[in-house]
Amino acid sequence: MATKAGSAEVPQTAGPNGEEEGFRRRDYLKVAAVSFAGVGGVAALAPLLVQMAPSADVLAMATTEVDISKIQPGQGIKAQWRKQPVFIRNLTPKEIQEANAVPLSSLRDPQTLAERTKPGKTNWLITLGVCTHLGCVPLGISEGENRGPYGGYFCPCHGSMYDTAARIRQGPAPKNLMVPDYQFTTPTTVTIGAKG
Amino acid sequence: MRFILGFIGAVFAGVLLISLIGNLSTYFSNPPAPLASDVFHKEPKELHLTSDGPFGKFDKRQLQRGFQVYSEVCSACHSLKLVSFRDLKGLGYNDAEIKKIASDWKVQAPSINPDTGEPATRKPLPSDTIPPPFANEVAARAANNNALPPDLSLITKAREGGPAYVYSLLTGFTNQAGYRNEKGVELLKNFPEAKTPPNLHFNPYFANLNIAMPPPLTTNGQVTYADGTPATVDQMAKDVAAFLAWTAQPDLENRHAAGLSITLFLLIATILGYLAYRQIWHEAKRAVRVTGALDPQNQAKSRKAKAKQNVAG
Amino acid sequence: MSFSWARPYEPKSKFMQWLDERLPLPRLVYGAVGGGYPVPRNLNFFWNFGVLAGIFLTIQIVTGIVLAMHFTASTDEAFTSVNQLIMRDVNAGWLLRYAHMNGASFFFIVTYIHIFRGLYYGSYKAPRELVWMLGLVIYLLMMATAFMGYVLPWGQMSYWGAQVITGFFSAFPIVGEPLRIWLLGGYAPDQAALTRFFSLHYLLPFVIAGVVILHIWALHIPGSGNPTGVDVKDERDTLPFHPFYTAKDGWFAGAFLLFYCVVTFFAPNYLGHPDNYIPANPLATPAHIVPEWYFWPFYAILRSFTVDFILPAKLWGVLAMFGSILLLFFLPWLDKSPVRSGSYRPMFKRFFWLLVIDVLILGYIGGAPINWWRTALGQAAAAYYFLHFLVILPIVSAFEAPDPLPSSISESVLHGEAAEAAPMGQKSKRTGSVATAAE
Repeated sequence: MATKAGSAEVPQTAGPNGEEEGFRRRDYLKVAAVSFAGVGGVAALAPLLVQMAPSADVLAMATTEVDISKIQPGQGIKAQWRKQPVFIRNLTPKEIQEANAVPLSSLRDPQTLAERTKPGKTNWLITLGVCTHLGCVPLGISEGENRGPYGGYFCPCHGSMYDTAARIRQGPAPKNLMVPDYQFTTPTTVTIGAKG
Repeated sequence: MRFILGFIGAVFAGVLLISLIGNLSTYFSNPPAPLASDVFHKEPKELHLTSDGPFGKFDKRQLQRGFQVYSEVCSACHSLKLVSFRDLKGLGYNDAEIKKIASDWKVQAPSINPDTGEPATRKPLPSDTIPPPFANEVAARAANNNALPPDLSLITKAREGGPAYVYSLLTGFTNQAGYRNEKGVELLKNFPEAKTPPNLHFNPYFANLNIAMPPPLTTNGQVTYADGTPATVDQMAKDVAAFLAWTAQPDLENRHAAGLSITLFLLIATILGYLAYRQIWHEAKRAVRVTGALDPQNQAKSRKAKAKQNVAG
Repeated sequence: MSFSWARPYEPKSKFMQWLDERLPLPRLVYGAVGGGYPVPRNLNFFWNFGVLAGIFLTIQIVTGIVLAMHFTASTDEAFTSVNQLIMRDVNAGWLLRYAHMNGASFFFIVTYIHIFRGLYYGSYKAPRELVWMLGLVIYLLMMATAFMGYVLPWGQMSYWGAQVITGFFSAFPIVGEPLRIWLLGGYAPDQAALTRFFSLHYLLPFVIAGVVILHIWALHIPGSGNPTGVDVKDERDTLPFHPFYTAKDGWFAGAFLLFYCVVTFFAPNYLGHPDNYIPANPLATPAHIVPEWYFWPFYAILRSFTVDFILPAKLWGVLAMFGSILLLFFLPWLDKSPVRSGSYRPMFKRFFWLLVIDVLILGYIGGAPINWWRTALGQAAAAYYFLHFLVILPIVSAFEAPDPLPSSISESVLHGEAAEAAPMGQKSKRTGSVATAAE
């Protein structure tokens, strides 16, 4: 502080001790004023940062209803939820058996088929269609697409391979395809995004 | 150069003088006749809403009544395109009520037939905006004698007088025959050209005096309020005006609250700043600063140097 | 700096020394706004408005950049993106929109006070002519930026304002109409105009910031002026900018921001026009097209020319409107008085106040509906405006007898500001007492 011009107004007659005390008293007010302004400046950042968070209209698109009445066993459809693809597949008994036969210890991301479906509806596999590696849309949901060697999904970008329960078996993806929150609002409609 | 600029100035002033003379001579030789709307247009009546003033808040029950008036009366012709059903949370409705309001809405939202791809409609969702009564301007005009009922989402910000204007307009329809203004001037006698054409309706609160909208609120009890308030025409007009004040400014309560805290904060910050400023400037103007050995900064330096010497030595 | 007693920069920490040796930015800041910039000690509050203008420029840039994250520059979606998305759905969107909207008005309020300070105290005179002219360039850029920004929400006033202002260019013979079509990218304001205005509206504030740096740089060569107009002679006339003027600017900024926040939070639409909450309709003109309030004096001058005289009235209006700003570039040469400050120029002072009243009248006329007596008043006021700068000032500056100047700034300060000089609006007092340090 001694080098600042603030010392200019020190009365010439004040001795060294008087000067020291005068310094401290003076400083409190200046520090208070500057800190108050600083707090204000930081607080002014709040709206600038918060405006980037998802706006109300984006948050409102939190649920999508899908009619699953037309999906036959062995078939699947691609729906949309929060502007992302969702794979809804009606598993055949053979596919369910294959999924249950896999030992959990061999899985990179251990989960049973039962953990990934609703009780009593293990044939309905509903997952995000977003590869957990870097975000491509895997193949295998539509007729004729390559399902990879495990009979589930196959991601063409870097070769991640998912099984009939959409669990990662081979390739760089770290996790199984994500299962979003969903609810069966009727036996033939699913609301994706609804907590159940 | 100054002469050129001076000349330019004189030229502009001269042409202005010519314009002024022209203007005044035109006025005095042919004074323009006043228009009927100049003489008979009325300023809005006073309307006191709970949302008025810097500390105003909405009365949610009034907003709900106003929304009821809008949905049962006004929505037949007027859209509310900027309001989403989910926004009605601000009126105090919960999620289930909003879902019902949306799916029961008498106009459906556009969609696509999932099998054929042809245009279809579906029940509105809470995330939808309120579907307009007419698909486009052409349809709206076709149904309303070529008049376009304006969207009401921002109407109280889009008209001078705001909610008071809406209230005055809704309650201001009156018979034109024998109508006199406050000064006793009779309209039709002095301005026969202002006679209401067949498809319009006389309303002195409207800028052109004759409005295409027929009086929408005609009888008491036109709407049966859910909270039991008697639905007089005056009450319905006030409530829908309050509702439209909300649709235009849903941020009002947050804005007032933020404004209050920020104003208080800045007041304290300014006072602190002012006191710090006075302290810093206390001797500034009078103290004659000196240089060299007497400069306080140099004095402080030499004191420090001495102190160091004492410690070292 | 040009002052020999300006304190040189001394790095206070090892890090600052390291930085300063490699990029002399700390030194630059210290010499510009720190303890190393000597400023006359007698500045009054009219000297605060330059910094305030810089603050509002910053507010506009920051709020503008975040608004641009949500705005859609499409004629179909612009109005909805502003009035539905930003005002209702974006978190704190209403705050940012109102802050930006009112920030523009306050930027102009502050700039007008800053300009009138310059006019009264002779800040445009040698050696600060370039500071003045750079300031006018900033003002022109501000007007362009504000005009284009107002078009973006695509309301009724946005559209018709764009129509009217681009219509000015068609007043010029031969090149006028092609120029107008080139500016718009079409025959009327439409998608092409909206997207290019968005692009330029984003760009120009940064150009303004660059010119502001030149403006301050040019000022710091001779140093700041002061209310007496007397040059700085020695160390006793000045104080270091920090902490004296940082403190003064700081608290006054707090007070002015308080005023700004009261308007933004409690009357955000007071300075605006309701018609801009109606979506643009190219087929229906609003009853009274008016620009925003900060353009009203120029709008009044434009509309004052109602009679054809050699040139069509419309062309006279456009020439006069542009001329009213361009003539300000010549002010240092129109007003040749060797005395800078209006405080010591009694005749000049009277005409200055007439100018202020004149501009206020022009402002009123520009915003009010047209009738015969308002048009007449506007014509008289516009005539006075041109006569004031182009005829009256040169004559007054040549013939007036100024009051005696103080011999130095510190003399005027020591004997009391009130005794020596009359700050704007106050009469000169000869009390001779040591005044309470009147700031």
